[in-house]
Amino acid sequence: MSVDLNSTPLFFSELKETILPLSENEKKNSISFLNENKLPTTRNEAWKYTRLAKLGKSKFISSNSELESIDQYNIDPSATTLVFVNGFFSEELSSNDCPDNLTWSLLSQKNKIEETISDESEYFNCLNSAFLVEGVELNIADKAIMKNPIQIIHVLNGDAIISNFRIVVNAGKSSEASIITGFFSENGDSQFSNVISEINVAENAKLTMDKLQYETESTFHISTEKVKQARNSVFTINTATLNGGLVRNNVVVDVDGENCNTHMNGAYLLKNKQHVDNHTLVNHNVPNCDSFELYKGVMDDKSTAVFNGKVIVHKDAQKINAFQSNGNVLISDDATVNSKPELEIFADDVKCSHGSTTGQLDDEAIFYLQCRGLSKKSAHQLMVSAFIGEVLEKFENENVRTYINGLLKSRFNWDYVS
Amino acid sequence: MSKYTEDELAKDLEVQEYKYGFTTDIESDQAPIGLNEDIIRFISAKKEEPKWLLDIRLEAFEVWKGMVEPEWAHVQYTKPDFQAIRYYSAPKQSKKFESWDDVDEEMKITMKKLGISLEEQKRLTGTNVAVDFVMDSVSVGTSFKAKLKELGIIFCSFSEAVQDHPELVREHMGTVVPTKDNFYAALNSAVFTDGSFCYIPKGVRCPMELSTYFRINEGGTGQFERTLVIADKGSYVSYLEGCTAPQRDENQLHAAVVELIAKDDAEIKYSTVQNWYPGDKNGVGGIFNFVTKRGICGTNAKISWTQVETGSAVTWKYPSCILKGDNSIGEFFSVAVTNNFQQADTGTKMIHLGKNTKSTIISKGISAGKSHNSYRGLVQIHKNATNSRNFSQCDSLLMTDECGAHTYPYIECKNSSSKIEHEATTSKIGEDQIFYCLQRGISEEKAIGLIVNGYCKEVLNQLPMEFAVEAQKLLSISLEGSVG
Amino acid sequence: MIKINDLHAKIGEKEILKGLSLEVKAGEIHAIMGPNGAGKSTLASILAGREDYEVTAGQVDFQGEDLLELSTEDRAREGLFLAFQYPVEIPGVSNINFLRTAINEIREYNKEEPVSAKDFMAMVREKSALVELDSKLASRSVNEGFSGGEKKRNEIFQMAMLAPKLAILDETDSGLDIDALRIVANGVNKLRTSENATIVITHYQRLLDHIVPDFVHVLYDGKIVKTGGKELALELEEKGYDWIKAELAN
Repeated sequence: MSVDLNSTPLFFSELKETILPLSENEKKNSISFLNENKLPTTRNEAWKYTRLAKLGKSKFISSNSELESIDQYNIDPSATTLVFVNGFFSEELSSNDCPDNLTWSLLSQKNKIEETISDESEYFNCLNSAFLVEGVELNIADKAIMKNPIQIIHVLNGDAIISNFRIVVNAGKSSEASIITGFFSENGDSQFSNVISEINVAENAKLTMDKLQYETESTFHISTEKVKQARNSVFTINTATLNGGLVRNNVVVDVDGENCNTHMNGAYLLKNKQHVDNHTLVNHNVPNCDSFELYKGVMDDKSTAVFNGKVIVHKDAQKINAFQSNGNVLISDDATVNSKPELEIFADDVKCSHGSTTGQLDDEAIFYLQCRGLSKKSAHQLMVSAFIGEVLEKFENENVRTYINGLLKSRFNWDYVS
Repeated sequence: MSKYTEDELAKDLEVQEYKYGFTTDIESDQAPIGLNEDIIRFISAKKEEPKWLLDIRLEAFEVWKGMVEPEWAHVQYTKPDFQAIRYYSAPKQSKKFESWDDVDEEMKITMKKLGISLEEQKRLTGTNVAVDFVMDSVSVGTSFKAKLKELGIIFCSFSEAVQDHPELVREHMGTVVPTKDNFYAALNSAVFTDGSFCYIPKGVRCPMELSTYFRINEGGTGQFERTLVIADKGSYVSYLEGCTAPQRDENQLHAAVVELIAKDDAEIKYSTVQNWYPGDKNGVGGIFNFVTKRGICGTNAKISWTQVETGSAVTWKYPSCILKGDNSIGEFFSVAVTNNFQQADTGTKMIHLGKNTKSTIISKGISAGKSHNSYRGLVQIHKNATNSRNFSQCDSLLMTDECGAHTYPYIECKNSSSKIEHEATTSKIGEDQIFYCLQRGISEEKAIGLIVNGYCKEVLNQLPMEFAVEAQKLLSISLEGSVG
Repeated sequence: MIKINDLHAKIGEKEILKGLSLEVKAGEIHAIMGPNGAGKSTLASILAGREDYEVTAGQVDFQGEDLLELSTEDRAREGLFLAFQYPVEIPGVSNINFLRTAINEIREYNKEEPVSAKDFMAMVREKSALVELDSKLASRSVNEGFSGGEKKRNEIFQMAMLAPKLAILDETDSGLDIDALRIVANGVNKLRTSENATIVITHYQRLLDHIVPDFVHVLYDGKIVKTGGKELALELEEKGYDWIKAELAN
């Protein structure tokens, strides 16, 4: 079976089916799904506020490419670094040594890739499966306490490049680790990262993921982190979206064990015509767990932000505390925000809340700062820093914070050091 | 220690009989069952309607045929068979009533059972409520007409308005809820039989509450009433709506359309206590309440919706405000209680178009039994709605571990000078609060009543006195003392 | 008034009271002191009827009735009042409505007529003055938005309104400044008669400067280990609880 190209050429018409050792089932299902379905439209509730027409009209190619260096993308120099260019592994740019308690392998080198746990009726999931070029599996040993983070740097290089890329993380029992993912692009227009991460957090493990997005304004980026948590585990994902044309992040957490903590934080700063859409879903399948979510964004120019956070407390999942908060500041009359925090509760002994605010910087406070001698611009910056800083502080890794500050400085010429 | 827990309260509520579940034996004038163009012509002819209205109906019917039932709400039910419904069933009567003495004896008994007894009406005479009573889609009597007439206020049934004030009806009908708006609005536009009409002239403050009481009586009928309230510039009116239906093991359809027009500087307060038959404790029977309610505000105008929803098997209802005029205000206060197998998907839309527009949403959902209770709301701030404000608070209280409470707010903002705040909470009724009450000698049942009543207070406070009392009873709550 | 005999109780698997005995007669004030975790608040909760605890042995006689067989609300109606360490907020329910409901339910239980609105309001005015509680607080929602001191004064105000036979003050002094402490204590003293009794549970001696007890008991490890007059409280203040622990060890 192959992708039917007889109909109107599609954005993926130029691509070759994956040669990675995926299960026949997964390959077959994803290809038939792509044949039978069109790109989701805004009539689809999950894509209500994000139009994909432009993506559908583009044409992408998949090709390997080389980079001189990744110095400018080296978020945390202390980390064990794995570099992927256009989705392909770059051995020379990656770290040579690997800590004892970590084993990693490229998906292309495996005999067999486990079937994706992601939703196979989801378009981009199927696209990823059908055209997967490479991926990496990280196995963190049981009881491993990793001193330094593991860093995956993904760079798009060249015109109209698409990368269908996958990350698999298995955090062993009672392990403690942090992973940084960085997404960048250069030398080209109309690129597309389509990434799936599957993350399994075993009993008593603690895993933190810091995700930085800094692709260009002509880039499409769609990524899904699908997380499963076993009992007594703590999972944190911090996302900073500082550039990118059309960005869609899906974080789906299944809390399958009791006494888990889940933290999701996101900061997005948008300008020009950027469109950033954060979708999160926490499934509380079992009792006695807590989840916390904080997403904040500042939108300038003609940018649009979307936030859709959903918490589902399933039947009999009692004693759940779930808190969700979304804050937005519009600093241009052409900017838009659509926020949709949702709660679906099927148990009674729970405490769940969400809050969403949309507004502007406090004029009184800006005036006050001006009276103390600050320029209007720096007063603005200070207020934005304070607003977004609440999220940036959630990045516990100081190197990551410093790197983010650098990006903010170069993109917005604003200094966010709080 | 006594074991009266919320489960038991929930159980008591379960077995509590629906006290409005009687039928009235009044001869009625009916259309054949089913829906086609002839039925629509039949309804229109029965009501001696002008051609323009028949045209509206036929056009709506054409549109409706091409539409599908909405499925996005968090409710599950067997879709009504639209060909098995009787679309016209009028109590047989020859004349319209100017005074309650003219009312048919059977009808008086019906009203008495509903709590709108003649005595009460007499007592209320000269105080503050004028009632229009709509039974099975037809308005059977409007009181206080003469008194209102002195002020130029028109308060009558929709069909009377079509006969006596066709220009007002024609100008405004369908301007807020267009025929094509949604599946049920289109159906209503095609087959509506009656409803209430109200016009408050410029600068007039209506001195009494205007009230419509809706009643579905016949089996196998649907109720499709239409309400149009026009508050001309600088006027004020408070409008009440109540509803009941007999206990039947079939699902009856109620698909109403309510349009409110508040012109510049006018204010409309619209309160509903919805107590349609909710079905029995096994989820058999009950009303499907699919209602489209919307108002539009001119400059400096205000529309305030208050609703206490305790009835219906399935509710699908979003009283909304289009804040078109600058400085206009929209409010939505709601208590929705669901029990047994009831399902409610309710909320509001606040569409901010004008500058300096303000909206407030307070929603309290209480779920018991195996019911599902959803808040669904939209706050939309358009590009030109500078300095607009919205505040929303949506709270859900859960009484059992088999029910569900869901919150789906949509917040869309395209203006950088506007401010939107939305908060929602979901929690169980507080065990420590119950214990505190018990320790002061208050029984568990009363404690839960007190706590639930307190929980809904912000909304109940919005209701006119007459309705607040009924609403509190409906929430199975002992009265908050008038002391203090 | 109340006679507690060899009371054992546990929460989950943890035994907290391990054979507590205590008798309080009408007209008396008893203070129960003890280190954190000794079981002081547990005792108050069990007497009031909180269901989290399981009584495994022992009896409690309250005015000739088996207290443990009564429901929480019937204990209250029989005249047992607990001033909560952490008074609960009940949004939307006015203090006045709350108290009127309570009083009328208690009266109904005693086969008395409900209190008239006029008499009730007169009583509110009189009793709120007793604890220097702004009468405006009486019409606010129960404890909602009250400061710590206001909450505690509200507890004593409710006690004055309900006129219990036996009042148990659970750490009523915690979080109070000296003025609030004086007001609360004055209220309690004014309510004292030869017909009623009070159990004051506290960690510190300072409340007992204002409410002078007839007996002071030391609760330690689920039992009353020492009983004395008011001077025992001073001794405890001076020497701390280690002294008792040491004495017990010997």
